[in-house]
This record gives sequence, structure tokens and C-alpha cells, in this order.
Amino acid sequence: MMAKLPLPKEEYLYRGHAACPGCGAPLAMRYTMKALGPRVIMNVPAGCTAVIGGVWPRTAFKFDMMDHVFESTGAVSSGIRAALDAKGIEDVTVLAWAGDGGTVDIGLQALSGAVDRGTDFIYVMMDNEAYMNTGIQCSGSTPIGAWTTTTPFGKKCEIILQRKKKIMEMMVANGIVYGATVNVAYPEDFVKRVKKATEFEGPKFIHALSPCAPGWRVDTAKTVEVARLATQTNMFPLYEVEWSEYRLTKTIKERKPVSEYLKTQGRFRRVSEDMVNRIQAMVDEEYEELLRKVELSKG
Amino acid sequence: MMEVITSNYAAAYAAKLSRVEVIAAYPITPQTSISEKLAELVDSGEMDAKYIKVESEHSAMAALIGASHVGARTFTATSSQGLALMHENLIWAAGVNRPIVMPVAARALSGPWTIWSDHSDVISERDAGWMQFFCENNQETLDMIIMAYKIAEDREIMTPAMVIEDGFILSHTVEAVDMPLQEEVDDFLPPFDPEFKIDFKSEPRRYAGVLAPDWWQEHRYRRMLDMERGKEKIVEVERDFKRRFGRSYGGLVEFYRCDDADVALVIAGAPTGTAKDVVDEMRDRGKKVGLVKLRSFRPFPGEELVKLNDMVSMVGVFDKSYTMGQGGAFFQEIRNALYSPDGVPIKNYIGGLGGRDVTKKNIERIFEDLLALNKEGKVDRIIDWVALKGGPGRWE
Repeated sequence: MMAKLPLPKEEYLYRGHAACPGCGAPLAMRYTMKALGPRVIMNVPAGCTAVIGGVWPRTAFKFDMMDHVFESTGAVSSGIRAALDAKGIEDVTVLAWAGDGGTVDIGLQALSGAVDRGTDFIYVMMDNEAYMNTGIQCSGSTPIGAWTTTTPFGKKCEIILQRKKKIMEMMVANGIVYGATVNVAYPEDFVKRVKKATEFEGPKFIHALSPCAPGWRVDTAKTVEVARLATQTNMFPLYEVEWSEYRLTKTIKERKPVSEYLKTQGRFRRVSEDMVNRIQAMVDEEYEELLRKVELSKG
Repeated sequence: MMEVITSNYAAAYAAKLSRVEVIAAYPITPQTSISEKLAELVDSGEMDAKYIKVESEHSAMAALIGASHVGARTFTATSSQGLALMHENLIWAAGVNRPIVMPVAARALSGPWTIWSDHSDVISERDAGWMQFFCENNQETLDMIIMAYKIAEDREIMTPAMVIEDGFILSHTVEAVDMPLQEEVDDFLPPFDPEFKIDFKSEPRRYAGVLAPDWWQEHRYRRMLDMERGKEKIVEVERDFKRRFGRSYGGLVEFYRCDDADVALVIAGAPTGTAKDVVDEMRDRGKKVGLVKLRSFRPFPGEELVKLNDMVSMVGVFDKSYTMGQGGAFFQEIRNALYSPDGVPIKNYIGGLGGRDVTKKNIERIFEDLLALNKEGKVDRIIDWVALKGGPGRWE
């Protein structure tokens, strides 16, 4: 049983940021910054967060932040760390903050390079499961069965059996020293995982699930509820990986069927009953695989 | 101290002498020996810099943009495909005023494959917002990199700079290079001290965030002014350099034996040395020819070049690149600069593409062509391709 941690009081986002109503990203950023404190340089590629910060000369962030092109997140982080090292500054966290498309698709090469180089940084992948900033296009992290504007599932287009890229496994194979999945519906766990990441020197990878109300076709008041269901149904299990050792960070006692998660969201509206069963089987299989890794890690 | 080294080694030693703090390196022919030499210098402790082995040139430039925002002096080197891959980040670096200095061992852009020299890679980046300096020899590569930091990092300029050395012809050819002492360079080039950087001493800032239409045009206007101020700064820095090191290269443009010339040829990069020899030999034979060495292509020295209208009666422009559907890039821009009702006739010569040697004979034929056309008072055609197999007879 995990002890409940009170969240640090400090806020590093001003009110009046430009996120959509019901957006999970500001929650994720608040929790991350509460865990890290102000000695942070955050680097951000194209994506929702670049917009959430507002338009010059205003900024919604109470910490140093730098924008850059879409593909370059990992590389910019390596450069920031090298400059800090050159200046002898040791107590600063280099925080890369990118979306799912910016991570698993266009930014994958630079991220892989940064992990391979052993860059001392925390990379947060803000996963809202599609290119939401450009208006809901399918990314490599869009789940099976989800409608997007580029997977319209109309008359000619069948539902694509494309799974989310297993980015955490890719990162573990790539050589991260610490990885964790976190969910905006579990703030204490979120903060705890990010804090834990700071204890490691080297590349750390945080995979954060964060609903997009317009993209997922959910009510803006249901962000946390829907996000929590993702974990309660094992669609998005919470675990951490320490030097390739897996550990569950949230144990779900009574797992709910995936249908409960799917039916909350308009993006899964066209998923047939048969498809729901297939998704359930897939989720079960993947969770079993995760448990096997957890068991192996215990040995 | 004299050393016999390639232009690539001269570039690496220039980085060392400039006390570069962060290097990002990715191999590409013919730049690679710059990156290798720097790895050696950092590994041996001779150079105190952080060396990032990136996974692409796109990432090399990205890493330096990140490092530069933290106030580090930054360096990388590239060629051809690598420069093209960087394109997006080149524009970003210039747009957010990061004074990165980068030698480019100029090489043709491929398709089909070529690894040999011409200027098509750097010409393709003429709109990237970088200063572009062409070097004639290895000494100039070394001197220009050191000067480029001083120009680029000036708070009134804050603009990145490419120092261009023709691939293989300079990059892999050894020449005697006078190596300045570290103390002398330290005295000339102060540490990088930008007005805005992430140092946790000032209020947190957001760098390079979103600029809406109500300010974008003003931002671009300021970038224009940065580059324009570069023109004076280049001359000023070179004057200072000459006072300390005894060498100078003529500012934005060097006019070589143009004073009483009938015709002049504009040229840039490695072929300049060859062309100067040809001018000397033809002068000995009483031919009134002059040479114009284009050192700075960005900023473009239109005000200097327009003087040619009063100096000579016909101008040739030699391009080691060709812009499809248009012509040589130097030619297009110089013709624009010289345009006036009294402007002199001007002709474009294309040559040295994809590693083709630019020989003394080629240059001499160009001058003879110009002298012959000058007698008629007009050019026969706008563009000639030099020594083209199966081309117009006179070049075979």
C-alpha cells in the first residue's frame, strides 16, 4: 500500500495559460514542476505545450524554458546539459517535454541519440495519443480503434489494427537508467515518480498519460475520471523500470473491463463489440507480459 | 609559429584557440577530419570543451542551439548533405540570434552521389540568415573562424556564421599556416557574454516562444538590422585583427589589381588563389585584367561591388554552383547590385562543379573571353559553362 504524499504547495504555472478546457497537460506540468522545483531548464518542441505557454511577450511558466523545432528535443537536451557541464553548473535538472508524436515519431531519432549518449536529463512524454495541436491526427502512440482525422473509419476505411508503439520498452532497450509510466489521475504517484527520477544520473524517461478532451471526444469535466479508467482497466498500467527491473507502482485490485474505458470516449464510438473483445484480449496479453517482467525482476 | 596543416586542421585549431566550450560532431566527408582532430584535442586535454557525439547534423545544430542559450561558445562543422539536413535548425539558430560558428567544407549536393567540391551546399543556405564567409586558403580558414566569433557574438550582431573552405581543395591540402599564440587570441577574443542567457540570475524567461503576427515582422526587421550591422563589424574586426596579427583579407571584398583594369572577374573560395596567379601572369604580358575576391556573401557587399561600374568596363562572375532555372547565384546577385543605366556588361561563368578542377587555363580563357567581348562592348551570352564536354567549342 503506497503512502499518500502531500503535494508540494509551490505552483510554477501562472493562471491564464492557453490550454484548452479539460486539458491534462497543465496538470502534468504542475505535478512535474512540484516534484522538481525551480532549478530547471525545460526544452519543448512543436506541440500543445508551445501554445499552452502563451504568446510573446507573455509566458505562463515560472521557470526557464526554451522552444525548438519538432525533431530536436533529445539533441537540445544534450546541448543544454553539455553547456551546464562546461559552466560547472551541477544542480539544474534538464527537463525535456514533448508530446507523443514529437517523441515516438518525429523526435525518436534525437531521443534515441540522447539516451545513447547517456545525457543526464528527464524526458517527459506527454501522451495525449495523437497529434492534438494540429487537430487530432493519428500518431504512433494512438491506440487501436481510436478515431482521428487521419483515421476517419468511414465507408472505405477499416479500423486499423495499429497498436501504440511500445515506447517504454524501446527506451529500456535503448539504455535509460530510470523509466516510469504516470497518469494525471494519480498526482501523488506522478510527483513521486518524477522525484525518484532525479535520484538517477543519466537518461530518465517518464511516460505521462494525459487526456485531450476535444481529441478524445470527452466532456471537459471528465479528464481525471477518464484518465483514471485507463489505469483501472489496464489500458495504461502504472509501473517503473529501474535499470531494466520492472515494478508495478499501482496495483489494481479489481480490474475493470476495457469497455468501461472505451465507452467514455467519442473517439472509440465506432469500435464494434468484436473489436472490444480483441482490445480486451490484447490488453490482457500485454498486462501478463508486464507481470512476467515484474516477476523476473524480483528474482 | 608556422605549421604545415590542412584547412580542416586549421579549423580545428581555430576552435581550440577560440576556447570553444561545446562541440557537436557528426562525420561527413570532407569535413570529418575537423571532428576527429577536435576529439583528439579534447581527449588529450589540450582543449577544454564538451564534445557531444550527435546522431545527425540536424541534432548537431539543435544541440548547439540548446548550449548557446545557456551561454556557451559553440562549434560544429559539416558539408553538403549534412548542411542540407541542418537546414531547419540553421534557420532557427539565426532566427533566435545564436552566434554559432561553423566551418563548411563545401561539397556538391548529391543526387546522384558525389563527394567532391563545389558551392551548391552553401549557396542553398544563402537565405538561412547566417553570415557566409568564403576562404581562399588554410590561413584564412583559421583566421576567419577566430574573427567570425568576434563578429557573430557582438551584442549588436548576434548572428551565426559559416566559414566556407572548399572541400578537399582546401580541407585536405596542407599549407603553411601561422598559428597565433593562445594569449594573443585570448586578448583579441573575449569570452562569450550574451545579453540574454539562462543563468538563474535573472527572472525566468521563455526563449524562442511563439511570436504572433503583431510582432513577427518587427522581429524580422531587427534580424535584418543585425545582419546589416555585420558589414561594418566585419571591417572593424579585421582591422583590429590586422593590428594584432599582421594579416588582413580586404574586408567584405578584396579588389586585386583592379585599379586600371579593363575587365574584372569576381570569384570566391579556393579558386581565388589560382585566379590571382593568372592575373599576375597576364598582367606581366600587359593584359589589363583584375580580380575581385568575394569574401562575404552574407551580408552581401552590394555597396562595395557597385564600385566595379566605375573601375572596369566589363565584369565576369565565376560561380561554383548553378541554380536551376536561373543561373549562378553570385552572378544573379552581383548583376542586381551593378544594375543601373550606366552599368557595365556582366557575364556568368559556371565551372568547378562536383569537384572539377578549376585550372589556370580555365581562368585565362575566361579573361581572354572577357577582353575580347570588351572590345565589342557587349557580352555574347549571359552564361557560359567552362570546359563543358560537348559544350560550345571555345571551351573544349
